Amino acid sequence: MAGLAAAFGSGAMTNSINEFDDADLFFIIGSNTTAQHPLIGSRIINAVERGSKLILFDPREIPLAQFATLHLRQNFGTDVALLNGIMNIIIQEDLHDRLYVEGRTEGFEELKKLVGRYTPKVVEQITGIRSSELYRAAVMYAQADKAMIIYAMGITQHVTGTDNVKTLANLAMLTGHVGRPSTGVNPLRGQNNVQGACDMGGLPGVFTGYQRVGDPAAVKKFEDAWSVSGLNTKGGLTITGMMEAAHKGTLKAMYIMGENPLVSDPDITHVEQALSNLDFLVVQDIFLSDTAALADVVLPAASFAEKEGTYSNTERRVQLARAAVPPPGQARSDWEIIAGLCSRLGLAADYRGPADIMKEINALTPSYGGITYSRLSAGHGLQWPCPNVDHPGTVFLHREQFTKGKGSFLPCEFKPAAETPDDEYDFTLTTGRIYFQYHTGTMTRRIDLLEREAPEPLVEINPEDAKKLGIRSNDLVELESRRGSIQLKAEVTPRVPKRVLFTTFHFREAPVNRLTNSAFDPVAEIPELKGCSVKIRRCS
Amino acid sequence: MARIPTICPFCGCGCSFYLVVHDGQVTGVEPSPDNPVNKGMLCAKGWNSYEFVHSPDRLKVPLIRKNGELVEGTWDEALDLVCSRLIGIRDSSGPDALGFLCSAKVSNEENYLFMKLARVVFKTNNVDHCARL
Ligand code: SF4
Repeated sequence: MAGLAAAFGSGAMTNSINEFDDADLFFIIGSNTTAQHPLIGSRIINAVERGSKLILFDPREIPLAQFATLHLRQNFGTDVALLNGIMNIIIQEDLHDRLYVEGRTEGFEELKKLVGRYTPKVVEQITGIRSSELYRAAVMYAQADKAMIIYAMGITQHVTGTDNVKTLANLAMLTGHVGRPSTGVNPLRGQNNVQGACDMGGLPGVFTGYQRVGDPAAVKKFEDAWSVSGLNTKGGLTITGMMEAAHKGTLKAMYIMGENPLVSDPDITHVEQALSNLDFLVVQDIFLSDTAALADVVLPAASFAEKEGTYSNTERRVQLARAAVPPPGQARSDWEIIAGLCSRLGLAADYRGPADIMKEINALTPSYGGITYSRLSAGHGLQWPCPNVDHPGTVFLHREQFTKGKGSFLPCEFKPAAETPDDEYDFTLTTGRIYFQYHTGTMTRRIDLLEREAPEPLVEINPEDAKKLGIRSNDLVELESRRGSIQLKAEVTPRVPKRVLFTTFHFREAPVNRLTNSAFDPVAEIPELKGCSVKIRRCS
Repeated sequence: MARIPTICPFCGCGCSFYLVVHDGQVTGVEPSPDNPVNKGMLCAKGWNSYEFVHSPDRLKVPLIRKNGELVEGTWDEALDLVCSRLIGIRDSSGPDALGFLCSAKVSNEENYLFMKLARVVFKTNNVDHCARL
């Protein structure tokens, strides 16, 4: 998000899901779309079957690979080099969009200088991708009329995550592939309301709509609206920073709403220590998650089926959900719980329901200005920016100019992953999602059908590696990193390249985040969940 | 029988469907045919998304740790305790000794109110969520 916002002025998906139908070319990197975003995955497959091209970059043989026009399996963690190499070829071959670059962007000369060093030969050495293949990819992307870049956490969950995103933005601007229908850069959001949580100021440095807590005009506006003075104008800690501070003992209390960092976060031994170190922990959730089990107070919340509210999907569409049944026992909607705390603490919160809260959001957030309950209940949601009640919403971003004016080329050098395999920890372990489970499994694992289809964690290993180590499918193996170890069953498959292992983080009985590295991207502070070095052995 | 519109609680596609309700129980889903996002389709997660709603493991009462154990308490007790402990820590160690994690799984209105509580009452910007992950 930080990378895209720096380049374009907005971190959100530039296009809409419907525009996938008309794209000529998909450039997919770091997204196992059919598993993570099944409905978007099927849009892509349908488009490809109608003749659109698909260039897929993924070290694994993911399901989309069988539909790809070109599938390139780059070495783990080498995306910046790969993309710089593609831009090198595009500039060399004069395939960039000069008019667009001149009229709508800034910083081209620096980009040109930097990518000049990423010749196909250099890039082949780093990424393992043959020059001829890289060339094909570069030409196909540059020459497509309507080309969409699609990425997800395979791009952002690296130490170089922000650089990866900036480099994708550079590529799109270089070829003029942003700001038209079915043409743009599209981060797919993982959870159902990640976009909304960000839009609502669920980030340390911003109020709603990305208005900065350090901007005096924004502070004044929020202080007036909230009838308060002396708001804190320094940015706060990210989740990674909070865990660090809890570890050190400077952060003493946490209030966690609907999250389970004890399974989802990297290096969970570290998270566990951090949370245990707190003087006071409040967790608000629908189940007694592993994190809730550590809390001093657990507040029972209503599930999505039991409350009214809006959610913002990955294409910036705000949609309204209604309550179908009452919450079980004494459980309450999250908003009611928070409102109860607000009134106890002297902050007026006499909302009759979420619609009243939305009115406050409308008044304070330009991009949500026209997103009212009456409009939402009459249609199928509204895509922000939607500044007023007469505005139809925005299908794709950056039409005439970028949100920030001119788009900025932000060239980045390739940097290797934080942890690379050595003699002792000789495999790269990478993590992801599978189709039948979701996130830490607190919800999906309680659904019979999903649990039947994918009941246990597996680690994928390449047949050649498996043979050398005497490992067969269904053997119990132990994975060990510098931070911990787990046991699970092996699946021998050519889906993974040699020296790479793959598993998922849905299963608490084999919590892969005991192994992962909390080394994080210095800008976005997204941990390097996508790779760490491990050794593997068969359990006797 | 009632059909209540909702949004899938799983991935960021945001498919929309109706929850089918019989006698206060959700018994199934029906995808919304004219929604531009999913056009009447759902994936396996969406089709089965209602099942966990009536799980016997759902939390039904506030829990408070006493002598090392989580035991059932009342809402008043739980909310009073949360207020007094958070205010106590803010007053003794400063606003930045507190951290608030919003959620990528709850609604916009709830995330808004939560960050407002953190910033207004506790004067801290230590507000984040798991989207980075
Ligand atoms: S139905 Fe499937 S694709 Fe649609 S939002 Fe739910 S999980 Fe995502």
